[in-house]
Amino acid sequence: MKVSLTVNGRTCSADCEPRRTLADFLRHDLGFTGVRVGCEHGACGSCTVLVDGATARACCVLAVQADGSDVTTAEGLATTSLNPLQESFRRHHALQCGFCTPGMLAVATELLRENPSPTEAEIRTAIAGNLCRCTGYHNIVAAIAAMREPNRDDEPSAGDAGASVAGNPGRTDP
Amino acid sequence: MKAAPFEYLRASTVDEAVGALGPGAVVLAGGQSLVPLLNLRSRRPELVVDVSRLPLTDIGTTGTGSLALGALTRLRAAETSPVVARTLPLLAEALTCVGHVSVRNRGTVGGSVAHADPAAELPAVFLASDAVFTARSADGVRTIAAGDFFRGPHRTALGPGELLTAIHVPLPPPGTRHGVAELSRRPNDLAVTAVFTSVTLARGVVADARIAVAGAAPTPIRARAAEDLLRGEAPSPDLLAAAADAAAAATDPADDLHAPAAYRRDMTAVLTRRALRQAVAE
Ligand SMILES: Cc1cc2nc3c(=O)[nH]c(=O)nc-3n(C[C@H](O)[C@H](O)[C@@H](O)COP(=O)(O)OP(=O)(O)OC[C@H]3O[C@@H](n4cnc5c(N)ncnc54)[C@H](O)[C@@H]3O)c2cc1C
Ligand code: FES
Ligand code: FES
Repeated sequence: MKVSLTVNGRTCSADCEPRRTLADFLRHDLGFTGVRVGCEHGACGSCTVLVDGATARACCVLAVQADGSDVTTAEGLATTSLNPLQESFRRHHALQCGFCTPGMLAVATELLRENPSPTEAEIRTAIAGNLCRCTGYHNIVAAIAAMREPNRDDEPSAGDAGASVAGNPGRTDP
Repeated sequence: MKAAPFEYLRASTVDEAVGALGPGAVVLAGGQSLVPLLNLRSRRPELVVDVSRLPLTDIGTTGTGSLALGALTRLRAAETSPVVARTLPLLAEALTCVGHVSVRNRGTVGGSVAHADPAAELPAVFLASDAVFTARSADGVRTIAAGDFFRGPHRTALGPGELLTAIHVPLPPPGTRHGVAELSRRPNDLAVTAVFTSVTLARGVVADARIAVAGAAPTPIRARAAEDLLRGEAPSPDLLAAAADAAAAATDPADDLHAPAAYRRDMTAVLTRRALRQAVAE
Protein backbone atom coordinates (compact mmCIF):
# COMPACT_ATOMS: atom_id res chain seq x y z
CA MET A 1 0.00 0.00 0.00
CA LYS A 2 1.08 3.55 -0.65
CA VAL A 3 1.57 5.58 2.52
CA SER A 4 2.01 9.37 2.49
CA LEU A 5 3.12 11.36 5.50
CA THR A 6 4.35 14.83 6.23
CA VAL A 7 7.58 14.27 8.14
CA ASN A 8 9.26 17.29 9.70
CA GLY A 9 7.34 19.51 7.28
CA ARG A 10 8.24 17.52 4.13
CA THR A 11 5.83 15.35 2.22
CA CYS A 12 7.12 11.79 1.94
CA SER A 13 5.52 8.73 0.48
CA ALA A 14 6.50 5.14 -0.21
CA ASP A 15 4.95 1.74 -0.72
CA CYS A 16 4.83 -0.56 2.27
CA GLU A 17 3.22 -3.75 3.48
CA PRO A 18 0.34 -3.37 5.98
CA ARG A 19 2.40 -5.16 8.64
CA ARG A 20 5.16 -2.52 8.51
CA THR A 21 5.24 -0.42 11.67
CA LEU A 22 5.49 3.36 11.51
CA ALA A 23 8.89 3.02 13.22
CA ASP A 24 10.31 0.81 10.47
CA PHE A 25 8.66 2.90 7.77
CA LEU A 26 10.22 6.12 9.08
CA ARG A 27 13.62 4.63 9.77
CA HIS A 28 14.16 2.18 6.94
CA ASP A 29 11.90 3.35 4.11
CA LEU A 30 12.18 7.11 4.61
CA GLY A 31 15.64 7.29 6.22
CA PHE A 32 14.78 9.13 9.44
CA THR A 33 17.36 7.31 11.54
CA GLY A 34 16.55 9.49 14.57
CA VAL A 35 13.75 6.97 15.09
CA ARG A 36 15.18 4.29 17.40
CA VAL A 37 13.70 0.84 17.65
CA GLY A 38 14.34 -1.01 20.89
CA CYS A 39 11.76 -3.58 21.95
CA GLU A 40 9.13 -3.45 19.15
CA HIS A 41 6.32 -4.11 21.60
CA GLY A 42 5.68 -0.84 23.34
CA ALA A 43 7.75 -1.41 26.47
CA CYS A 44 10.77 0.88 26.04
CA GLY A 45 9.51 4.09 24.46
CA SER A 46 12.66 4.67 22.40
CA CYS A 47 10.64 4.83 19.16
CA THR A 48 8.42 7.67 20.43
CA VAL A 49 7.69 10.38 17.83
CA LEU A 50 5.03 13.10 17.58
CA VAL A 51 2.08 12.16 15.35
CA ASP A 52 -0.24 15.10 14.66
CA GLY A 53 1.42 16.81 17.62
CA ALA A 54 0.86 14.02 20.17
CA THR A 55 3.44 11.46 21.24
CA ALA A 56 3.06 7.93 19.93
CA ARG A 57 5.15 4.79 20.10
CA ALA A 58 5.96 4.33 16.44
CA CYS A 59 6.34 0.56 16.92
CA CYS A 60 2.71 0.36 18.14
CA VAL A 61 1.31 2.14 15.07
CA LEU A 62 1.11 0.58 11.62
CA ALA A 63 2.45 2.85 8.90
CA VAL A 64 -0.83 2.37 7.00
CA GLN A 65 -2.73 3.67 10.05
CA ALA A 66 -0.68 6.86 10.01
CA ASP A 67 -1.34 7.59 6.31
CA GLY A 68 -1.99 11.33 5.93
CA SER A 69 -0.53 12.24 9.34
CA ASP A 70 1.95 14.91 10.26
CA VAL A 71 4.97 13.36 11.99
CA THR A 72 7.85 15.01 13.85
CA THR A 73 10.99 12.99 14.55
CA ALA A 74 14.11 14.05 16.47
CA GLU A 75 15.53 15.41 13.21
CA GLY A 76 12.59 17.79 13.01
CA LEU A 77 13.15 19.31 16.44
CA ALA A 78 16.41 20.95 15.40
CA THR A 79 16.46 23.31 12.43
CA THR A 80 19.90 24.72 11.75
CA SER A 81 21.10 24.07 15.30
CA LEU A 82 19.88 22.18 18.35
CA ASN A 83 16.64 23.50 19.81
CA PRO A 84 16.76 24.77 23.44
CA LEU A 85 15.54 21.46 24.86
CA GLN A 86 18.14 19.50 22.90
CA GLU A 87 20.74 22.03 24.00
CA SER A 88 19.65 21.50 27.62
CA PHE A 89 20.12 17.74 27.23
CA ARG A 90 23.62 18.36 25.92
CA ARG A 91 24.46 20.84 28.66
CA HIS A 92 23.16 18.62 31.48
CA HIS A 93 24.91 15.48 30.22
CA ALA A 94 21.52 13.86 29.75
CA LEU A 95 22.77 11.53 27.06
CA GLN A 96 25.48 8.97 26.90
CA CYS A 97 24.92 6.52 24.04
CA GLY A 98 21.92 8.62 22.94
CA PHE A 99 19.75 5.66 22.05
CA CYS A 100 16.81 6.72 24.21
CA THR A 101 17.28 10.44 23.57
CA PRO A 102 14.88 10.95 20.62
CA GLY A 103 12.05 9.33 22.59
CA MET A 104 12.91 11.32 25.72
CA LEU A 105 12.91 14.55 23.66
CA ALA A 106 9.50 13.70 22.22
CA VAL A 107 7.85 13.14 25.61
CA ALA A 108 9.59 16.19 27.09
CA THR A 109 8.41 18.34 24.18
CA GLU A 110 4.82 17.26 24.77
CA LEU A 111 5.09 17.64 28.55
CA LEU A 112 6.49 21.18 28.41
CA ARG A 113 3.90 22.22 25.85
CA GLU A 114 1.01 21.00 28.02
CA ASN A 115 2.54 21.90 31.37
CA PRO A 116 5.25 24.57 31.09
CA SER A 117 6.26 24.26 34.77
CA PRO A 118 6.15 20.57 35.62
CA THR A 119 7.25 19.45 39.07
CA GLU A 120 10.06 16.95 39.37
CA ALA A 121 7.44 14.28 40.11
CA GLU A 122 5.55 15.21 36.94
CA ILE A 123 8.74 15.04 34.89
CA ARG A 124 9.54 11.60 36.31
CA THR A 125 6.03 10.35 35.57
CA ALA A 126 6.22 11.71 32.02
CA ILE A 127 9.45 9.85 31.24
CA ALA A 128 8.54 6.71 33.20
CA GLY A 129 7.57 4.93 29.99
CA ASN A 130 10.94 5.56 28.39
CA LEU A 131 13.82 3.31 29.33
CA CYS A 132 17.37 4.66 29.40
CA ARG A 133 20.05 2.03 29.73
CA CYS A 134 22.83 4.53 30.36
CA THR A 135 22.32 7.60 32.47
CA GLY A 136 20.18 6.65 35.42
CA TYR A 137 17.64 9.34 34.52
CA HIS A 138 18.79 12.00 36.94
CA ASN A 139 20.45 14.18 34.31
CA ILE A 140 17.52 13.73 31.96
CA VAL A 141 15.19 15.03 34.68
CA ALA A 142 17.59 17.94 35.30
CA ALA A 143 17.71 18.79 31.57
CA ILE A 144 13.93 18.90 31.34
CA ALA A 145 13.62 20.78 34.66
CA ALA A 146 15.96 23.46 33.33
CA MET A 147 13.39 24.22 30.62
CA ARG A 148 10.61 25.08 33.05
CA GLU A 149 8.96 28.49 32.78
CA PRO A 150 9.61 31.10 34.03
CA ASN A 151 13.17 30.22 34.99
CA ARG A 152 14.33 28.58 31.80
CA ASP A 153 18.11 28.58 31.86
CA ASP A 154 18.62 28.88 28.09
CA GLU A 155 22.05 30.35 28.57
CA PRO A 156 24.84 27.96 29.41
CA SER A 157 26.48 28.85 32.68
CA ALA A 158 29.58 27.51 34.34
CA GLY A 159 29.30 24.53 36.59
CA ASP A 160 25.70 23.56 35.95
CA ALA A 161 26.43 20.24 34.30
CA GLY A 162 24.33 17.63 36.01
CA ALA A 163 22.67 20.32 38.12
CA SER A 164 20.27 18.72 40.50
CA VAL A 165 16.61 19.48 40.18
CA ALA A 166 16.43 20.67 43.73
CA GLY A 167 19.11 23.20 42.88
CA ASN A 168 17.00 24.84 40.19
CA PRO A 169 16.04 28.17 41.74
CA GLY A 170 12.53 29.52 41.85
CA ARG A 171 10.77 26.20 41.86
CA THR A 172 9.64 24.21 44.83
CA ASP A 173 8.37 20.73 44.29
CA PRO A 174 5.57 19.57 46.56
CA MET B 1 10.05 -9.29 15.96
CA LYS B 2 7.96 -8.33 12.99
CA ALA B 3 4.30 -9.11 12.42
CA ALA B 4 3.34 -11.95 10.08
CA PRO B 5 1.67 -10.77 6.85
CA PHE B 6 -2.04 -9.91 6.90
CA GLU B 7 -4.61 -8.19 4.75
CA TYR B 8 -5.61 -4.70 5.85
CA LEU B 9 -8.90 -2.88 5.51
CA ARG B 10 -9.43 0.69 6.66
CA ALA B 11 -13.14 0.80 7.38
CA SER B 12 -14.89 4.04 6.50
CA THR B 13 -18.28 3.10 7.95
CA VAL B 14 -19.46 0.93 10.85
CA ASP B 15 -21.39 -1.22 8.35
CA GLU B 16 -18.28 -1.80 6.30
CA ALA B 17 -16.35 -2.77 9.44
CA VAL B 18 -18.91 -5.26 10.77
CA GLY B 19 -19.41 -6.65 7.26
CA ALA B 20 -15.71 -7.55 7.14
CA LEU B 21 -15.50 -9.02 10.66
CA GLY B 22 -15.68 -12.74 11.33
CA PRO B 23 -13.33 -15.64 12.06
CA GLY B 24 -9.78 -14.81 10.98
CA ALA B 25 -10.38 -11.06 11.19
CA VAL B 26 -9.41 -8.77 14.05
CA VAL B 27 -10.43 -5.22 14.98
CA LEU B 28 -7.65 -2.64 15.17
CA ALA B 29 -8.54 0.45 17.23
CA GLY B 30 -5.65 2.33 18.87
CA GLY B 31 -3.31 -0.61 18.38
CA GLN B 32 -1.66 -0.18 21.80
CA SER B 33 -2.26 -3.81 22.71
CA LEU B 34 -2.87 -5.35 19.31
CA VAL B 35 0.18 -4.08 17.40
CA PRO B 36 2.61 -5.39 20.06
CA LEU B 37 0.81 -8.76 19.91
CA LEU B 38 1.11 -8.76 16.11
CA ASN B 39 4.80 -7.86 16.37
CA LEU B 40 5.33 -10.73 18.81
CA ARG B 41 3.34 -13.00 16.48
CA SER B 42 1.17 -14.10 19.37
CA ARG B 43 -1.72 -13.06 17.11
CA ARG B 44 -1.69 -13.94 13.40
CA PRO B 45 -4.96 -12.69 11.89
CA GLU B 46 -5.71 -13.03 8.17
CA LEU B 47 -7.38 -9.65 8.09
CA VAL B 48 -6.94 -6.53 10.21
CA VAL B 49 -9.96 -4.23 10.13
CA ASP B 50 -8.81 -0.74 11.09
CA VAL B 51 -11.72 1.06 12.73
CA SER B 52 -9.69 3.93 14.16
CA ARG B 53 -11.14 6.50 11.74
CA LEU B 54 -14.77 5.69 12.47
CA PRO B 55 -16.58 8.59 14.15
CA LEU B 56 -17.35 6.69 17.38
CA THR B 57 -15.60 9.27 19.55
CA ASP B 58 -18.37 11.31 21.16
CA ILE B 59 -18.41 11.97 24.90
CA GLY B 60 -21.69 13.20 26.38
CA THR B 61 -24.51 12.65 28.81
CA THR B 62 -27.85 11.15 27.87
CA GLY B 63 -31.37 12.13 28.90
CA THR B 64 -31.57 8.93 30.93
CA GLY B 65 -28.73 10.01 33.21
CA SER B 66 -25.77 8.15 31.73
CA LEU B 67 -22.34 9.12 30.56
CA ALA B 68 -22.01 7.91 26.96
CA LEU B 69 -18.59 7.24 25.47
CA GLY B 70 -18.01 6.23 21.86
CA ALA B 71 -15.91 3.05 21.84
CA LEU B 72 -13.18 4.79 19.84
CA THR B 73 -12.78 7.67 22.27
CA ARG B 74 -9.08 7.96 22.90
CA LEU B 75 -8.03 7.42 26.51
CA ARG B 76 -6.35 10.82 26.62
CA ALA B 77 -9.49 12.53 25.29
CA ALA B 78 -11.61 10.89 28.00
CA GLU B 79 -9.01 11.74 30.66
CA THR B 80 -8.99 15.43 29.73
CA SER B 81 -12.73 15.71 29.07
CA PRO B 82 -14.55 18.19 31.35
CA VAL B 83 -17.71 16.08 30.99
CA VAL B 84 -15.98 12.97 32.34
CA ALA B 85 -14.32 14.97 35.13
CA ARG B 86 -17.69 16.39 36.19
CA THR B 87 -19.88 13.31 35.86
CA LEU B 88 -17.61 10.36 36.59
CA PRO B 89 -14.44 11.51 38.39
CA LEU B 90 -13.66 7.87 39.25
CA LEU B 91 -13.10 7.22 35.55
CA ALA B 92 -11.10 10.42 35.08
CA GLU B 93 -8.75 9.49 37.93
CA ALA B 94 -8.43 5.86 36.82
CA LEU B 95 -7.50 6.99 33.30
CA THR B 96 -4.40 8.73 34.61
CA CYS B 97 -3.12 5.27 35.63
CA VAL B 98 -3.61 3.64 32.21
CA GLY B 99 -0.25 3.47 30.47
CA HIS B 100 1.90 6.50 29.70
CA VAL B 101 0.64 9.61 27.91
CA SER B 102 2.00 8.32 24.60
CA VAL B 103 -0.09 5.15 25.07
CA ARG B 104 -3.19 7.09 26.15
CA ASN B 105 -2.84 9.37 23.13
CA ARG B 106 -3.70 6.43 20.89
CA GLY B 107 -5.39 3.75 23.00
CA THR B 108 -9.20 3.80 23.08
CA VAL B 109 -11.74 3.10 25.83
CA GLY B 110 -13.35 0.37 23.71
CA GLY B 111 -9.96 -1.21 23.01
CA SER B 112 -9.18 -1.38 26.71
CA VAL B 113 -12.54 -3.06 27.42
CA ALA B 114 -12.29 -5.50 24.50
CA HIS B 115 -8.69 -6.40 25.34
CA ALA B 116 -9.97 -7.41 28.83
CA ASP B 117 -6.66 -7.62 30.60
CA PRO B 118 -7.50 -8.79 34.14
CA ALA B 119 -5.10 -6.18 35.52
CA ALA B 120 -6.45 -3.29 33.42
CA GLU B 121 -8.07 -0.31 35.12
CA LEU B 122 -11.03 0.50 32.88
CA PRO B 123 -12.71 -2.92 32.92
CA ALA B 124 -12.73 -2.73 36.73
CA VAL B 125 -14.01 0.86 36.73
CA PHE B 126 -16.83 -0.06 34.33
CA LEU B 127 -17.65 -3.10 36.45
CA ALA B 128 -17.82 -0.93 39.58
CA SER B 129 -20.06 1.51 37.73
CA ASP B 130 -22.54 -1.01 36.27
CA ALA B 131 -21.68 0.15 32.75
CA VAL B 132 -23.44 -1.26 29.70
CA PHE B 133 -21.57 -2.00 26.49
CA THR B 134 -23.15 -1.74 23.03
CA ALA B 135 -21.96 -4.07 20.27
CA ARG B 136 -22.82 -4.11 16.58
CA SER B 137 -22.60 -7.09 14.23
CA ALA B 138 -24.02 -7.97 10.84
CA ASP B 139 -27.04 -9.32 12.78
CA GLY B 140 -27.80 -6.04 14.55
CA VAL B 141 -27.16 -4.31 17.86
CA ARG B 142 -27.09 -5.77 21.37
CA THR B 143 -26.16 -4.48 24.80
CA ILE B 144 -24.13 -6.39 27.38
CA ALA B 145 -23.86 -5.48 31.07
CA ALA B 146 -20.29 -5.12 32.33
CA GLY B 147 -21.06 -7.85 34.88
CA ASP B 148 -21.65 -10.35 32.04
CA PHE B 149 -18.92 -9.14 29.74
CA PHE B 150 -15.58 -10.26 31.20
CA ARG B 151 -15.22 -14.03 30.89
CA GLY B 152 -11.54 -14.70 31.57
CA PRO B 153 -8.10 -13.27 30.85
CA HIS B 154 -8.51 -11.52 27.49
CA ARG B 155 -11.87 -13.27 26.99
CA THR B 156 -15.12 -11.37 26.66
CA ALA B 157 -18.72 -11.91 25.61
CA LEU B 158 -17.97 -10.38 22.19
CA GLY B 159 -18.23 -12.73 19.22
CA PRO B 160 -15.76 -12.63 16.30
CA GLY B 161 -18.20 -10.60 14.20
CA GLU B 162 -18.94 -7.99 16.84
CA LEU B 163 -17.69 -4.44 17.13
CA LEU B 164 -17.98 -2.56 20.40
CA THR B 165 -19.49 0.81 19.52
CA ALA B 166 -20.39 2.56 22.79
CA ILE B 167 -20.19 2.44 26.58
CA HIS B 168 -22.94 3.84 28.81
CA VAL B 169 -22.29 4.46 32.48
CA PRO B 170 -25.20 5.37 34.82
CA LEU B 171 -24.28 8.58 36.64
CA PRO B 172 -23.69 8.21 40.37
CA PRO B 173 -26.17 10.06 42.62
CA PRO B 174 -25.20 13.27 44.46
CA GLY B 175 -23.07 12.62 47.52
CA THR B 176 -21.00 9.98 45.71
CA ARG B 177 -17.26 10.05 46.08
CA HIS B 178 -14.61 7.75 44.73
CA GLY B 179 -11.29 6.21 45.61
CA VAL B 180 -8.50 4.72 43.49
CA ALA B 181 -5.57 2.76 44.89
CA GLU B 182 -3.14 0.95 42.64
CA LEU B 183 0.12 -0.90 43.01
CA SER B 184 2.23 -1.17 39.85
CA ARG B 185 5.87 -1.86 39.13
CA ARG B 186 6.54 1.55 37.61
CA PRO B 187 4.18 4.49 37.34
CA ASN B 188 1.49 3.84 34.71
CA ASP B 189 2.25 0.19 34.12
CA LEU B 190 -0.49 -2.38 34.33
CA ALA B 191 -1.59 -2.92 37.93
CA VAL B 192 -0.18 -5.68 40.07
CA THR B 193 -3.44 -5.09 41.93
CA ALA B 194 -5.76 -2.09 41.93
CA VAL B 195 -8.99 -1.18 43.71
CA PHE B 196 -11.68 1.23 42.53
CA THR B 197 -14.44 2.37 44.86
CA SER B 198 -17.46 4.57 44.66
CA VAL B 199 -19.28 5.41 47.90
CA THR B 200 -22.54 7.34 48.25
CA LEU B 201 -22.97 8.95 51.65
CA ALA B 202 -26.28 10.30 52.93
CA ARG B 203 -26.49 11.88 56.38
CA GLY B 204 -23.21 10.28 57.43
CA VAL B 205 -24.28 6.77 56.46
CA VAL B 206 -23.19 4.70 53.44
CA ALA B 207 -26.23 4.59 51.15
CA ASP B 208 -24.35 2.67 48.47
CA ALA B 209 -20.85 1.33 47.94
CA ARG B 210 -19.18 -0.25 44.97
CA ILE B 211 -15.79 -1.92 45.06
CA ALA B 212 -14.03 -3.47 42.05
CA VAL B 213 -10.63 -5.10 42.06
CA ALA B 214 -8.26 -5.53 39.10
CA GLY B 215 -5.31 -7.90 38.95
CA ALA B 216 -6.49 -10.30 41.63
CA ALA B 217 -8.56 -12.82 39.64
CA PRO B 218 -8.88 -14.05 36.01
CA THR B 219 -11.26 -11.12 35.41
CA PRO B 220 -11.92 -7.89 37.27
CA ILE B 221 -14.23 -8.65 40.20
CA ARG B 222 -16.84 -6.88 42.32
CA ALA B 223 -16.32 -7.31 46.07
CA ARG B 224 -20.05 -7.69 46.83
CA ALA B 225 -19.69 -8.97 50.40
CA ALA B 226 -17.54 -5.95 51.25
CA GLU B 227 -20.11 -3.62 49.68
CA ASP B 228 -22.86 -5.25 51.78
CA LEU B 229 -20.89 -4.73 54.98
CA LEU B 230 -20.67 -1.00 54.28
CA ARG B 231 -24.26 -0.32 53.23
CA GLY B 232 -26.34 1.32 55.96
CA GLU B 233 -23.37 1.89 58.25
CA ALA B 234 -21.42 4.96 59.27
CA PRO B 235 -17.84 4.66 58.03
CA SER B 236 -15.33 3.94 60.80
CA PRO B 237 -11.77 2.59 60.71
CA ASP B 238 -13.02 -0.82 61.92
CA LEU B 239 -15.73 -0.95 59.28
CA LEU B 240 -13.29 -0.09 56.49
CA ALA B 241 -10.87 -2.74 57.77
CA ALA B 242 -13.63 -5.35 57.79
CA ALA B 243 -14.65 -4.38 54.26
CA ALA B 244 -11.01 -4.58 53.17
CA ASP B 245 -10.72 -8.12 54.54
CA ALA B 246 -13.95 -9.09 52.81
CA ALA B 247 -12.63 -7.71 49.49
CA ALA B 248 -9.41 -9.69 49.88
CA ALA B 249 -11.43 -12.84 50.57
CA ALA B 250 -13.28 -12.36 47.27
CA THR B 251 -10.07 -12.48 45.21
CA ASP B 252 -8.79 -15.49 43.30
CA PRO B 253 -5.26 -14.42 42.46
CA ALA B 254 -2.62 -16.37 40.55
CA ASP B 255 1.13 -16.57 41.08
CA ASP B 256 3.03 -15.00 38.24
CA LEU B 257 6.27 -13.29 37.34
CA HIS B 258 5.29 -10.08 39.11
CA ALA B 259 3.77 -11.22 42.40
CA PRO B 260 2.80 -14.33 44.34
CA ALA B 261 -0.92 -14.91 44.88
CA ALA B 262 -0.77 -14.33 48.64
CA TYR B 263 0.87 -10.94 48.11
CA ARG B 264 -1.84 -9.90 45.67
CA ARG B 265 -4.51 -10.94 48.18
CA ASP B 266 -2.84 -9.03 51.02
CA MET B 267 -2.42 -5.98 48.82
CA THR B 268 -6.09 -6.11 47.89
CA ALA B 269 -6.93 -5.55 51.57
CA VAL B 270 -4.42 -2.71 51.88
CA LEU B 271 -5.56 -1.02 48.67
CA THR B 272 -9.25 -1.44 49.47
CA ARG B 273 -8.76 0.30 52.80
CA ARG B 274 -6.89 3.13 51.08
CA ALA B 275 -9.45 3.53 48.33
CA LEU B 276 -12.32 3.54 50.82
CA ARG B 277 -10.52 6.02 53.03
CA GLN B 278 -10.10 8.33 50.04
CA ALA B 279 -13.79 7.98 49.21
CA VAL B 280 -15.11 8.74 52.70
CA ALA B 281 -12.55 11.44 53.59
CA GLU B 282 -13.94 14.93 54.12
C1 LIG C 1 3.69 0.61 27.40
C2 LIG C 1 2.25 0.22 27.58
C3 LIG C 1 1.67 0.36 28.83
C4 LIG C 1 0.34 -0.02 29.03
N1 LIG C 1 -0.19 0.15 30.27
C5 LIG C 1 -1.49 -0.15 30.46
C6 LIG C 1 -2.10 0.05 31.73
O1 LIG C 1 -1.49 0.53 32.67
N2 LIG C 1 -3.41 -0.28 31.87
C7 LIG C 1 -4.14 -0.80 30.84
O2 LIG C 1 -5.32 -1.08 31.02
N3 LIG C 1 -3.59 -1.02 29.64
C8 LIG C 1 -2.30 -0.71 29.43
N4 LIG C 1 -1.73 -0.93 28.20
C9 LIG C 1 -2.52 -1.62 27.15
C10 LIG C 1 -3.35 -0.72 26.25
O3 LIG C 1 -3.09 0.61 26.48
C11 LIG C 1 -4.83 -0.99 26.44
O4 LIG C 1 -5.10 -2.36 26.30
C12 LIG C 1 -5.74 -0.20 25.49
O5 LIG C 1 -5.33 1.11 25.34
C13 LIG C 1 -5.91 -0.82 24.16
O6 LIG C 1 -6.77 0.00 23.37
P1 LIG C 1 -6.52 0.13 21.82
O7 LIG C 1 -7.57 1.04 21.31
O8 LIG C 1 -5.12 0.50 21.59
O9 LIG C 1 -6.84 -1.35 21.35
P2 LIG C 1 -6.15 -2.26 20.25
O10 LIG C 1 -4.76 -2.55 20.62
O11 LIG C 1 -6.41 -1.71 18.90
O12 LIG C 1 -7.05 -3.57 20.43
C14 LIG C 1 -6.97 -4.37 21.60
C15 LIG C 1 -7.91 -5.56 21.47
O13 LIG C 1 -9.27 -5.13 21.52
C16 LIG C 1 -9.94 -5.43 20.31
N5 LIG C 1 -10.77 -4.25 20.01
C17 LIG C 1 -10.36 -2.95 20.03
N6 LIG C 1 -11.38 -2.12 19.80
C18 LIG C 1 -12.47 -2.91 19.62
C19 LIG C 1 -13.85 -2.62 19.35
N7 LIG C 1 -14.30 -1.36 19.23
N8 LIG C 1 -14.69 -3.67 19.23
C20 LIG C 1 -14.25 -4.94 19.35
N9 LIG C 1 -12.96 -5.27 19.62
C21 LIG C 1 -12.09 -4.26 19.75
C22 LIG C 1 -8.86 -5.70 19.30
O14 LIG C 1 -9.31 -6.57 18.31
C23 LIG C 1 -7.78 -6.31 20.16
O15 LIG C 1 -8.04 -7.66 20.40
C24 LIG C 1 -0.41 -0.55 27.95
C25 LIG C 1 0.15 -0.67 26.69
C26 LIG C 1 1.48 -0.28 26.49
C27 LIG C 1 2.06 -0.41 25.12
S1 FES D 1 10.63 0.12 20.23
FE1 FES D 1 8.69 1.05 20.42
S2 FES D 1 8.40 1.05 22.54
FE2 FES D 1 10.25 -0.08 22.35
S1 FES E 1 21.58 7.46 26.80
FE1 FES E 1 21.93 5.39 26.33
S2 FES E 1 19.96 4.55 26.51
FE2 FES E 1 19.69 6.49 27.31
